[in-house]
Amino acid sequence: MRLKIAHETRYSFSEPVRYGLQQMRKTPKSYRNQKVVSWETSVIGGKKELQYEDQHRNTVELISITPGETELLLRSEGEVELEETNGVIGPHESLTPLWLFDRQTPQTKPGPHVRELARSLHGREGLDQLHALMSAVAKAVKYTAGASASDWSAEKVMEAGKGVCSDQAHVFISAARLLGHPARYVSGYLMLDDRQSQEAMHGWAEAHVDALGWVGFDVSNDQSPDTRYVRVATGLDYAGAAPVTGTRTGGEEESLSVAIEVAQQMSQSQEQ
Amino acid sequence: MTKIFDEMWGREDALRAPYSQFGQWFEGEDPARLRAKQREAEEVFRLTGITFNVYGQAAAEERLIPFDIVPRIISGAEWKKLTRGIEQRVRAINAFLHDIYHRQEIVRAGRLPVEMIKNNEAYLPEMVGVTPPGGVYTHIVGIDLVRTGDDEFYVLEDNARTPSGVSYMLENRETMYKMFPELFSQTKVQPVSQYPRSLLRSLSACAPSCAEGTPTVAVLTPGSYNSAYFEHAFLADQMGVELVEGSDLRVVDGRVAMRTTQGYKPIDVIYRRIDDDFIDPLTFNPESALGVPGIMDVYRAGNIAIANAPGTGIADDKAIYSYMPEIVEFYTGEKAILQNVPTWRCNDPESLKYVLDNLDELVVKEVHGSGGYGMLIGPTASKKELAEFRKKLEAKPGNYIAQPTLSLSTVPIMTKAGLAPRHVDLRPFVLVSPEGVNITPGGLTRVALKKGSLVVNSSQGGGTKDTWVLED
Amino acid sequence: MLGKTAGGLFWMYRYLERAENITRMIETGQRIALTRNQENDDEWASVLQTASVDLGYFEKYDELSKDTVIDWMLRDKDNASSVMSAVEAARNNARQVRGALTHETWEAMNGCWMRLKELLKRKVNERDLPQALGLIRQRTALVRGATHGTLLRNDIYDFARIGTFLERADNTGRILDVKYYVLLPSANAVGSQLDNVQWETILRSVSGESGIRMVYGHNPTPRDIAAFLILDGRMPRSLYFCAKKLQDNLGYLAHDYGETATSHDLAVQLGKRLKERSIDEIFDIGLHEFIQEILIALGELSRQIEVDYRFYE
Repeated sequence: MRLKIAHETRYSFSEPVRYGLQQMRKTPKSYRNQKVVSWETSVIGGKKELQYEDQHRNTVELISITPGETELLLRSEGEVELEETNGVIGPHESLTPLWLFDRQTPQTKPGPHVRELARSLHGREGLDQLHALMSAVAKAVKYTAGASASDWSAEKVMEAGKGVCSDQAHVFISAARLLGHPARYVSGYLMLDDRQSQEAMHGWAEAHVDALGWVGFDVSNDQSPDTRYVRVATGLDYAGAAPVTGTRTGGEEESLSVAIEVAQQMSQSQEQ
Repeated sequence: MTKIFDEMWGREDALRAPYSQFGQWFEGEDPARLRAKQREAEEVFRLTGITFNVYGQAAAEERLIPFDIVPRIISGAEWKKLTRGIEQRVRAINAFLHDIYHRQEIVRAGRLPVEMIKNNEAYLPEMVGVTPPGGVYTHIVGIDLVRTGDDEFYVLEDNARTPSGVSYMLENRETMYKMFPELFSQTKVQPVSQYPRSLLRSLSACAPSCAEGTPTVAVLTPGSYNSAYFEHAFLADQMGVELVEGSDLRVVDGRVAMRTTQGYKPIDVIYRRIDDDFIDPLTFNPESALGVPGIMDVYRAGNIAIANAPGTGIADDKAIYSYMPEIVEFYTGEKAILQNVPTWRCNDPESLKYVLDNLDELVVKEVHGSGGYGMLIGPTASKKELAEFRKKLEAKPGNYIAQPTLSLSTVPIMTKAGLAPRHVDLRPFVLVSPEGVNITPGGLTRVALKKGSLVVNSSQGGGTKDTWVLED
Repeated sequence: MLGKTAGGLFWMYRYLERAENITRMIETGQRIALTRNQENDDEWASVLQTASVDLGYFEKYDELSKDTVIDWMLRDKDNASSVMSAVEAARNNARQVRGALTHETWEAMNGCWMRLKELLKRKVNERDLPQALGLIRQRTALVRGATHGTLLRNDIYDFARIGTFLERADNTGRILDVKYYVLLPSANAVGSQLDNVQWETILRSVSGESGIRMVYGHNPTPRDIAAFLILDGRMPRSLYFCAKKLQDNLGYLAHDYGETATSHDLAVQLGKRLKERSIDEIFDIGLHEFIQEILIALGELSRQIEVDYRFYE
């Protein structure tokens, strides 16, 4: 399946920005089951300073806001070809050692609630255990837009019993690590069946099992990713895979508008 | 218990060879004149502004590190042997850092338990796969050595992050030249004054490929309230490079650039004296106001060299320290020339038991601590201190290591009653560049001024001495 | 050179100049008190006012007394323009820009600060005041001497000089601004004598009492005094002299950097304003208005230098 994606982010500032930087991880990865056919990023009101690949092979772009500007427009678009693998990404191929994915971070930090959740899955093993974990997290943390803050830990999310996709993923990752599975966060795009326009990127989790390698788990939809999912960036947690991390001086109040379009691109033969 | 080794008098009160000329000179001097010279030296230090701010004290408080005029003297032959060991160790540290941030062969080979790294905060995932310009991780290393006998040296710890104190090595010598010029005409002492030039050369040799012409080097300081600000300013001045703060820097055209009177000018090599966590709020601690947003991105894009590289702390972590003999052997194929102090890692239950059973005889240190803070010296600790530390150890054994109390060598200091022995350590300064390893003959000798004390840290009442390496 | 360093040099020398100016004002007060056998300390109000530190003083003290005025001007930490505060600020700036200074200059500055810190640790009593003021003069002069004798004549020196002359012009301007009324022809009309306390305060505050004698003899008129302090190119503290120096040093910078900055144009305009007017024309415009105009121009110039040479982010 081929997906066409357009992602536009517009920052408006009440005062001119004196200096600002945006660290972006917005370029989808190419790997075995996902081929980036084309991808382009354009910037208005700013400038691309540099680009590199980080320790998770994410493409990172550093954008500077042109001093004196009151608006920054970031637009990325392209096409990605996907193959169905039932959520299996495959063996770990990276300099970042697999054991590093056992490391809990401030966002995945477990507490009594997460530990209890993990304990409830003892007795199961491997893929089965992870699928059960996905369902357990979906049950324990209700998807609720705007229910959480970005600095919440997995434990805090469990306490609240609600959160957004990244919160659910953090709980999954935290518990998976406790159960001995290396785990990571994935940010990406998800094509929705009922509409094209979206306001935010999606986020889910991946865990490593010996037989298969990395496997994806989307708690929010209680399923493993299929060809509607485009993997963009991975990290130990959301912060490590965040689409944008920014800093600036000046500009004062900021308002943000995001417009994302994800749609299936019909191949030529289908169109005829 | 055997008598403590004194570097001037040995164990048997016989003047040791390296001190023979100094001893003669000293005999002929009037102690009152020497004491006056001692005060004069302190005046020089004050006027030059060689001061430091003590952590936890009023920001405006500027203090002197006491300076003792009796030099610590090492023979050329002794030094030669030491430098072989230091060079071997420093090469191993760099090889280890490259490996641990790439394929982790040492872990795969089972020579270093993965647990030592996995949850160690000094191991920065952001450095995985990054090869610094020039391939050098630790451009500047300080190896802390102690001596226990004629031919016995131990490495107490490695300083692979941002070792400080080199300005004292240089200023102590300058002060000695001013105070006692006659001494230096009698005794041939190897010079140290080339250090700033060597440092600049060493840093410049690590410039990234985008550097045009002579590389632009700068020293990055947290600012004038930092305890080591004097040293930062001193080194920048001596190298003839700019001393910058985070607020002077921006990312411009994909590089880190400093704000000059004529606009932004790119920097090729930055000698930073800011800790990893604070260096870049975009990648590390977002609360840091000291750092440079985006410097890690520029670094990872290969457009700046950072000295020392971020993440080098994993090599001088006190828990890793205990594996240094294995690390040296793994990467050099040779036995370590310099000995480690035997170390018990308290996260190992058997070691912990031994440590708890023998607490009053051991030195216990925090794995991530430095500056002599959070340390227990068993033999001199009170019952209450021992009991408190026992609790800490039981609560978080993984935070601690323990070592036997070494009988550190002494060197005399000048007191009102004449010469009196005090314990010392030694921090030689090592420069690493693609051109090789450069060790300045000498280093910083720290001396515990309190009689019998083993704590030499300046923050805990230690002083310094000029360190002489003789031309044999 | 870093923009921050340029700023540090600028402020170091501004504060050094300020410390010297304040010292001179205390000396003036002391001298006038000695030569006029008045029962009260009223002349000190005039000194406070001349130094523009009167508002702060009266926030802290209800009454005027010689001792508290001297202490306020000499060493009070609450007074940002006390001698000690200014020397401390100069030294802190020097510490920031150490790499740009020669060792002699740094040591003179650090030595000055160390010595004054010790000297001004406690209140200085009247008996010791002349000696203390002498020591302050001597120590700050050492810094100036080291600066002139050892600093390279490049942008480092230019920023040092620009700081010095901006502060000096500002100081002379402020003295004229708070005392302009005693120089007005109308004030003279009532037939007051040269030994007018106010005139002497003005002249002594800018070390102009002997200079003016050489130029105008023993009986200068208020018009002479105004001309001397505003327009005389020989008087190193006159507004014109300072403006000329600012223009010169900004000119050197423009030459060295190969780019003429806006601040240079402002300095040229300032010089013109002072050069193209006679003292009579100035009185016609209104002395007060004219001085105000100059002070505003100096403020603008200072701000423009900060921007042109990127002192701050």
